[in-house]
Amino acid sequence: MYWNQHYECMPHQQLEAVQIERLKNIVERVYYNVPFYRNKFQEAGVEPGDIKSLEDIKKLPYTTKQDLRDNYPFNMFTTAMSDVVRIHASSGTTGKPTVVGYTRADLNTWAELMARSLTCGGTTKSSVVQVAYGYGLFTGGLGAHYGAERIGATVIPISGGNTARQLMIMKDFGTTVLTCTPSYAIHLAEVWESLGEDPSLLKLQYGVFGAEPWSERMRQELERRLNISAVDIYGLSEIIGPGVACECQEKKGLHVFEDHFIPEIVDPVTGEKLPYGEKGELVITTLTKEALPMLRYRTRDLSMLIQEPCACGRTHVRMHRVMGRTDDMLIIRGVNVFPSQVESVILEVGGTEPHYLLIVDRKGSLDELEIQVEVSAAMFSDKVKGLEDLGQKIRRRLESVLGIAAKVKLVEPHTLPRSEGKAQRVIDRRKI
Amino acid sequence: MIKQISLFLENKKGRLANVCQVLGNESINIRALSLADTTDFGVLRLIVNDPDKAYAVLKANNFAVSMTDVLAMEVTDTPGGLAGTLEKLDEAGVNVEYMYAFLGTTSQSALVIIRVENPEIAISVIRQAGINILTGEQVYSL
Repeated sequence: MYWNQHYECMPHQQLEAVQIERLKNIVERVYYNVPFYRNKFQEAGVEPGDIKSLEDIKKLPYTTKQDLRDNYPFNMFTTAMSDVVRIHASSGTTGKPTVVGYTRADLNTWAELMARSLTCGGTTKSSVVQVAYGYGLFTGGLGAHYGAERIGATVIPISGGNTARQLMIMKDFGTTVLTCTPSYAIHLAEVWESLGEDPSLLKLQYGVFGAEPWSERMRQELERRLNISAVDIYGLSEIIGPGVACECQEKKGLHVFEDHFIPEIVDPVTGEKLPYGEKGELVITTLTKEALPMLRYRTRDLSMLIQEPCACGRTHVRMHRVMGRTDDMLIIRGVNVFPSQVESVILEVGGTEPHYLLIVDRKGSLDELEIQVEVSAAMFSDKVKGLEDLGQKIRRRLESVLGIAAKVKLVEPHTLPRSEGKAQRVIDRRKI
Repeated sequence: MIKQISLFLENKKGRLANVCQVLGNESINIRALSLADTTDFGVLRLIVNDPDKAYAVLKANNFAVSMTDVLAMEVTDTPGGLAGTLEKLDEAGVNVEYMYAFLGTTSQSALVIIRVENPEIAISVIRQAGINILTGEQVYSL
């Protein structure tokens, strides 16, 4: 089953012809519209005319999350704001979010890509799709929503949370496709089981799960417990949101939609381009984005590219499921969390030492984040209420900056691990 | 006025023993104590024979420690004695933030430690109400 057989199954040579044409266009577009890119090109001694073949992509400079931050909020947009019809945002490494914009054509592209992805996952016009990703600045909810609508499926825009209601609706409305984070899907399964409900009462057939790393073991668990076929979907808001790549029912890697993106794998340290089959950092160039094209964006996700043809008939190259990160970003309940965000909150609130530790654990199936922070010897008063207020203040501020709730635990001074070089700020106890 | 030592303690096995060990090693005697606890942490409050030394020693051992002024007042050591005293404080408009009992006693009375908002003002009010307040010297040497 394909959503767009023409492009998804296009012979690779023909696909490359599409890619080079689009790459030339996008390079020109950013060079002449965005001072940031023009400066970068000039520093690298490259001009749009130098891009003649796909090979030439390696002449282009990389783009990073820091670049987006430096150009906060809209300075990397290539279009006038009057042409931008939607804004989304994800976590930045410190206080300010990473902001992305979409023109009407971008939203159209995104819906197309999500329609392809959801079709890969088993969705058809007669499906009932429950979108349990969060709706809002996060791209998950609305991305899945428009893709499912594009297919013509029945969409239940329930958003995240409220598990009891999710299950009631899933049962009463006859949901056939569930899309959310894999950890939330497991949680739904657990709650359903704990209610002693019969799994055959659910009409679920397919799951399209993403926004956080998961494993083959987790897939088997989800498929067994929910009695579904589950696929992995990949995306990041900087590129477009979910729908950059998705597994087909072969479940052997995620097809990167190459008519819209060029994926590369590079050595995360040297930046050198690596051949197919080698593990490294995934770098993506957008070919059709209007408002915010990205040239060679460093995703910080580790993966590898699989060139061999897939049995499903799609010709697009596959990426291995994400194998880790090159930076210290954590994904907790689908939300990106950087230790540096926690640090900035702790320094801003004050009353504690600048020593902290993030402990991530999975209780049952839900991720829990605990922040341990040292009470300041200098600021300590003997008031219990004062300490409780301090804990509350940090907790509230963290929740507003991170977008997820975290437990704050005040600990004694000099008890958190110190290290000579890079401090260990994170303990991740999750078994994914 | 009495100098009270307050410490931040995590709710962790052995922490209270550590504190007592550190003080014991320096021959500091604990005369009264109270532990206010929450789910994750506690605040230990101590009256010792040598508060300045105790403060320095605990600080040197990396505890979060602070010194607070509290009052030690005599309470008749009979049933209803504390009730009578608290009634007087109430009438005098003194609000008690927290209170705990002293381990030792003077001849006829029990001693309680109280923490009030403005100890300087409270002292005269409490004395006017006919309640005896002990000085630091009296308490440390008990």
